[in-house]
Amino acid sequence: MSIKVLIDKCTGCNLCVKSCPFGAIRIINKKAVIELSQCTLCGACVTACKLAAIKLDKPATELAGNDKIPKIDDYNGIWVFAEQKKGKVQPVVFELLSKARELAERLSTEVSAVLLGYQLDDEAQNLIWQGADKVYIVDNERLINFQDEPYTNILTALIKKYRPQIVLSGATSIGRSLISRVAIKIHTGLTADCTGLDIDPEKKILLQTRPAFGGNIMATIITPNHRPQMATVRHKVFPANPPDKDRKGKIIREEIEDGHIVSRARLLDIVEELESTVNLTEADIIVSGGRGMGDGKNFALLEELAKVLNAAVGASRAAVDAGWMPYSHQVGQTGRTVCPKIYIACGISGQIQHLVGMQSSKVIIAINKDADAPIFKIATYGIVGDLFEIVPALTKRFKEILKSSNES
Amino acid sequence: MEIIVCIKQVPETTEVKINPDTNTLIREGIKSIINPFDMYAIEEGLRLKERFGGRVRVISMGPPQAESALREAISMGCDEAILLSDRAFAGSDTWATSFVLASAIKKMGSFDIILCGKQASDGDTAQVGPGISSHLDIPQVTYVKKIESIDNGISRVERMTEEGYEVIELPLPALFTVVKEINEPRIPSLRGMMKARSAKITLWGIGEIGIESAAVGLSGSPTRVVRIFTPPPRKGGQIFHGETSEVVDRLVQLVKDEI
Repeated sequence: MSIKVLIDKCTGCNLCVKSCPFGAIRIINKKAVIELSQCTLCGACVTACKLAAIKLDKPATELAGNDKIPKIDDYNGIWVFAEQKKGKVQPVVFELLSKARELAERLSTEVSAVLLGYQLDDEAQNLIWQGADKVYIVDNERLINFQDEPYTNILTALIKKYRPQIVLSGATSIGRSLISRVAIKIHTGLTADCTGLDIDPEKKILLQTRPAFGGNIMATIITPNHRPQMATVRHKVFPANPPDKDRKGKIIREEIEDGHIVSRARLLDIVEELESTVNLTEADIIVSGGRGMGDGKNFALLEELAKVLNAAVGASRAAVDAGWMPYSHQVGQTGRTVCPKIYIACGISGQIQHLVGMQSSKVIIAINKDADAPIFKIATYGIVGDLFEIVPALTKRFKEILKSSNES
Repeated sequence: MEIIVCIKQVPETTEVKINPDTNTLIREGIKSIINPFDMYAIEEGLRLKERFGGRVRVISMGPPQAESALREAISMGCDEAILLSDRAFAGSDTWATSFVLASAIKKMGSFDIILCGKQASDGDTAQVGPGISSHLDIPQVTYVKKIESIDNGISRVERMTEEGYEVIELPLPALFTVVKEINEPRIPSLRGMMKARSAKITLWGIGEIGIESAAVGLSGSPTRVVRIFTPPPRKGGQIFHGETSEVVDRLVQLVKDEI
């Protein structure tokens, strides 16, 4: 490997100096000079240079062994992993398809969905209505439920075969397990839990923005020299387009090798605990309770409100640790991160560990008797008062309003 | 049973600031701790040892200071600790980090179970655990909330999902990432703390692990961070005081179009 500055192109603009994480570049006589003893050949300066004045020669094969690495330009199209559960494509997939359409316009390319499962023809059609130009479908009884190994093998094989430039998946418990494994096998970059996706207008690469440190820092990440560019994306961040039943697309059936379907792990049982309520991460509205609820049985108040609003019930760590709600309902740093349209925090003071799990919600409503509670600092609307009075009043009022709007 | 626990040292708080001159995170003056999710991984490792015998080895990739996290793991009861530290590791993304950890694990000899926290509280990626199992080509289960049984090299575990949980059976060796529900981490005993103070922490760099510097750090990382910034702080909005019926009416009027 070697790196050099093309002296005739370099204008000494200093961009490479700023980009170098190792302080290995200086400007001498208006030209960039790379101190090779400090340089790690990371390529950050190559990406930063607007004049293509730095040339990094990498050996054609790196870690991936002796596979011939295809060129970046050989990769085309945007893929969305169409996660399904019990034969139903998950809502986050439709959100990704509409975002993928927008990105595809800017790259003048097409959008494909990849669907693994069993007897999913109707869902494949649905994916076309929701924005896919093509649907690659792998239909096999043994793929009916997600399992890490066969899903990894098949998705990896399909990516190698068709070479999409971008692969997106929901940042779900399935997506985050599966795509992490696939990115290693493909040897490409993966950005977790993105909340922003954009295309760099000049370089035509994917700009992936994601929260870190519980949302206190945002980072924009690129995958400059590997393909596909892969990202998992948070639920509810991008709106889904309504289905367009006039949209036409192509359904492509993929045959798979028997070896790809072998799984060392065996799924014995699926237990649903949240059947009576709405899935927390997919909910448009969440009614959440904290220490101020005082007792587990008082969560019935929140459940009534949630029922009226078709909302899910969440809880702070304090409420879960007190045994009032199961851990699966916990919102916050050690629980789930949620991003609903409306988050109603009842008797939650707003410790930072809770806020990092819900502060990207569109509207936050806080109900707390302590006017100094930190939750009010981030709430869109706050009510200072007794939640045991306010929550039932809200339930009653919403019920009236929704009833009259249904009748009109 | 040979158990390996992977841990990361993280800042104690997520309220970090950016130095506007260097565009890097300000870490000075912030206390470092073991990533909270990794505490559950350590505890589960110790419980497996209590159930089935064997030893628990803990590894961490990080700067030399990460040694203190490993000492804390020993004080809880882990038998051995290896620190993977080398200047060449600086700037590693999840691909390169999982490659370093997987390569070190290969070097450590045979193992039955690798445990990781479900994600780290600083990066929040949840990608390194699955990355390690992918590099090692062993089966994995993420978001494990219970290790029900291990019998004749076959484990049965519960994996937390959005709707509930799955019961999965898989042969060892395997990798599990664990969630908070799995256990309650123990407090180190006085004896443990004494032992940790004098324990030998093995230090491995690229030479000891036997990997190329080009494969790790920034040069081995497919991703690049091009910008970090502080999101605009969420501002407080309208606060209502007063008669319940009145404030409830006003609030419902304001949000009814969102429902």
